[in-house]
Amino acid sequence: MDAKKLEKLADLARNIRVGVIEGTYHAKSGHPGGSLSIADILTYLYFEEMNVDPKNPKDPARDRFVLSKGHTAPALYATLAERGYFPKSDLATLRKIDSHLQGHPDMKGTPGVDMTTGSLGLGISAAAGMALSAKYKNADYRVYAILGDGESEEGQVWEAAMFAAHYKLDNLVAFLDLNGLQIDGKITEVMNPMPHDEKFLAFGWHVITINAHSFEEIAAALAEARTVKGKPTMIIANSVKGKGVSFMENQVGWHGKAPNDEEYKQAIAELMGEGK
Amino acid sequence: MAEKMATREAYGNALAELGDKYDFVVMDADLAAATKTGTFKKKFPNRFFDCGIAEGNMVSAAAGIATTGVVPFVSSFAMFAAGRAYEQVRNSVGYPHLNVKIGATHAGITVGEDGATHQCNEDLALMRTIPGMVIINPADAQETRAAVEAAINYQGPVYIRLGRAAVPTVTEEGSFQIGKGLVLGEGKDITVVATGYMVHLALEAREILAAEGISVRVINIATIKPLDTELIVAAARETGAIITAEEHSIIGGLGSAVAEAVSETCPVPVSRIGVPDCYGRSGTVPAMLEYMHLTTADIVARVREVLAKK
Repeated sequence: MDAKKLEKLADLARNIRVGVIEGTYHAKSGHPGGSLSIADILTYLYFEEMNVDPKNPKDPARDRFVLSKGHTAPALYATLAERGYFPKSDLATLRKIDSHLQGHPDMKGTPGVDMTTGSLGLGISAAAGMALSAKYKNADYRVYAILGDGESEEGQVWEAAMFAAHYKLDNLVAFLDLNGLQIDGKITEVMNPMPHDEKFLAFGWHVITINAHSFEEIAAALAEARTVKGKPTMIIANSVKGKGVSFMENQVGWHGKAPNDEEYKQAIAELMGEGK
Repeated sequence: MAEKMATREAYGNALAELGDKYDFVVMDADLAAATKTGTFKKKFPNRFFDCGIAEGNMVSAAAGIATTGVVPFVSSFAMFAAGRAYEQVRNSVGYPHLNVKIGATHAGITVGEDGATHQCNEDLALMRTIPGMVIINPADAQETRAAVEAAINYQGPVYIRLGRAAVPTVTEEGSFQIGKGLVLGEGKDITVVATGYMVHLALEAREILAAEGISVRVINIATIKPLDTELIVAAARETGAIITAEEHSIIGGLGSAVAEAVSETCPVPVSRIGVPDCYGRSGTVPAMLEYMHLTTADIVARVREVLAKK
């Protein structure tokens, strides 16, 4: 990937991370940690990979995205705003009573949200349904989803894994955001869902493991997924929870907490510095 | 009364018949032979998707399909469609108001011998709490076919409750409309508001009581939600007492819905016939109906009881 493109993507990802901090700071609640860990993946999906048009968010031919780990809505909203689905100023209304930006994604209220999610495990099934519908209708759109690593403790994730493999949904690509932390602690200590690669392989998926913060690795994995026939692809993305804000990185306490005034200023300063 | 047929069978037939006229797909969770979606599968194998024994995934996947403009019918036993997958119905289908149709068979105690684990007496209560959910509990085969077609033509989630046991046809063609109850027998002394399997028993009770000079109005409520409040309140006003009859818990189903409507608008005595606050057990359909006091004789007795206090 050339330096210019890498720089452009880094700028976009920085803006999205700033959007996450803006949203959760103004909401005084929300989930910054897991939002920051998926910012690079979302950047690449919405600015390079997916066939979408913010001016026509309901285009039947568009690619679909499902945020199965719906609590990281601040990252999705920041991405959609950055892509032009709605004004960036909306981000400061996150979780407010008169805002379209609900605590978890609401497809009825927010332009660009393809599926209502929030209850873990349900989104990946919906994404598989969208992919199955494309097969049924002979449509060539693709479906993308992001799962949480803690989310993979939900039984429904494995029901969906069986279903997607059974129906040979090679138009479905899911990322598993492997940041290693969930609300109560390390995923390996709360309820170890590992190893994800062997499990998804055994369920009949094509599995690729990458660094979630490398645009080159994200790009290569998505390109590889396009060549896979007859099975869905799971991209296991090793990530850093809280990525980009030093005091949030790898801290379980930042799963579902908003920054205070001081933390907000520091987070924004760090992010702006990073992008320079 | 015409030949008997279970509403689940009418459902399978309706899907197969209407598949020619409308574009929809059908999903099942390894129960196609029992829910009768197998009838559709045989005719339209490419439009049928078995989801295996994984009802939660089936319902959320159906929601995903619905977002793409394709209408899915999902089927399983009521215990699993409304019970196991309640949260998926609420969050994947109900909250985004997606165009998913749920055909839930083997509802209530007329499941019979399979026993309490499979006798879902709670589905109407569960589904009623979901905003925007249309709930239809057809009384017979004719009404089932009409309900399936109405569900296809309605934009939004619909739950259709279906039974395993055969029932006679008591409604006339062209009579079904979402949200509209039907007066199947006029009467002035008391009203029996019945739904699903209990409708034909209510009509039998009406005949018996007529011979004693008691005039019973029988209303068939196929649409549990939205409820035909107008028809029910008019009956309350005109007959002064109401008995509800359903093959469902007396908590949260038709009885509750009618009591809520009547108490807020035209308070008259409302007496509920249904499954009391208990679990079922294994037994034949007639044995189960007797065990739960859901027979024609039980309706007759309840009418006399309520009239004695009126």
